[in-house]
Amino acid sequence: MQSIGDALGLAVALVLSGDPDLLEIVLLSLRVSLSATVIACLIGLPVGALVAIGRFRGRNALLVFMNALMGLPPVVVGLLVYLHLSRSGPLGFLGLLYTPTAMIIAQVILIAPIIAALSRQVLEDLHTEYADQFRSLCLSRVQTVQALLWDARYSLLTVGLAGFGRAVAEVGAVIIVGGNIDHLTRVMTTAIALETSKGELALALALGMILLIIALGVNAAVQSVRMTAARQAYV
Amino acid sequence: MSDAAAMPFAQSVRSAVPSVLMPLRVRDLVLRFGEITVLDHLSLDLGPRGCTMIMGPNGAGKSLLLKLLHGLMQPTAGQIDWGGQGPTDVTARQALVFQKPVLLRRSVRANIEFVLKARCKRPGESAEFLEHVGLSHKADQPARLLSGGEAQRLSLARALATDPEVLFLDEPTASLDPASVLAIERIVSDARNRGVRIIFVTHDVGQARRMADDVVFMHRGKAAEHSRADDFFPDPQSSAARDFLNGRIVV
Repeated sequence: MQSIGDALGLAVALVLSGDPDLLEIVLLSLRVSLSATVIACLIGLPVGALVAIGRFRGRNALLVFMNALMGLPPVVVGLLVYLHLSRSGPLGFLGLLYTPTAMIIAQVILIAPIIAALSRQVLEDLHTEYADQFRSLCLSRVQTVQALLWDARYSLLTVGLAGFGRAVAEVGAVIIVGGNIDHLTRVMTTAIALETSKGELALALALGMILLIIALGVNAAVQSVRMTAARQAYV
Repeated sequence: MSDAAAMPFAQSVRSAVPSVLMPLRVRDLVLRFGEITVLDHLSLDLGPRGCTMIMGPNGAGKSLLLKLLHGLMQPTAGQIDWGGQGPTDVTARQALVFQKPVLLRRSVRANIEFVLKARCKRPGESAEFLEHVGLSHKADQPARLLSGGEAQRLSLARALATDPEVLFLDEPTASLDPASVLAIERIVSDARNRGVRIIFVTHDVGQARRMADDVVFMHRGKAAEHSRADDFFPDPQSSAARDFLNGRIVV
């Protein structure tokens, strides 16, 4: 067991040395979480937009359901995906269990509801402003959704960021469906959990530092884009 | 009035023929929100040409009447007949300019192109509309950074880009400076000369005198008076209209 000071020193050295194992874990984390975020946006944004502009029976119940799904426990999602992808499960023939694809699927299920629910709120506010104008122009539902998604693009960046943050930081789902296999499915969060349990705090801390730097970097980039957009009154 | 033949975008807008949507017949129109009656058995006939100014105090139901005529709202009771068709059947052949311009979070040019694409027209036509309203030099600027008068001119250009047979204007010059008001009035007058039927809500008596062919004066949810502008301004028939024109407070 190392002291925190020793571990921090080793962690900094590990990061600065560009350790190939560390790099592999970081890149896999980014590949899995970015893929999941993009796919979840492709699903969640249109769903959020359709619910935002739709007025139908049961809408309030759907909103409650969507909001509740934001709090899905990652381990439960992991378990459900595991049951479907395991050899005896309905999708077992695909052979996806313990692969990065399985991890992406689990993260998509986890964050698509977050993106749908948050984007619904953003797009509904915008639609309140545009509704009469769009009805006057006789826009179709598809044209309305396209216009809302485009005009809310900078606000939706923040929604996407919330989804990415949830994906890259979660450990419960990916450890169940990915198995934390070295050089195959080991990502930052699962590696941190493993190395901590082994008492190897240097690697765990190094990964934690990188995770924080990524979170800060992505947030700073999105904030910068939003500020530029706000100056042009595009937000 | 400007000369229609001299305008550069003549091929993009209506020629000077009256709309087949006219005449407009409104019978016993009622609009209620719970216990509140906004429009109370309003009846109205509008002819095929010109500019109708709708005047009246706040709360008279002018803006809601425009929305009903344009098919954006459903009345509680009554009939609206646009040359044999209902309001929702003809919404696409009309345009509405709102008091507060609703501009997309895009460039000035993209605001026009959005409408042209929605109507399956060439986006390249946007330049002609921007030139017509004097905004060519701001084409690439963010639309929401325009001044109030420029924003309303863009809103008007976007409405004209739909090639409407009927153009509704809901107090488009409220809180604009005199130069901006004049610019808007010139564009609207030009559209009228090209055959677009204008239905214009205003509180501005001076503007109504400059623009109106006929005037509908609304009071307490009814059309208290509808007459030719030449008759209305010198000799209003209703006491509410007389008080309004004389600057007295009408409630």
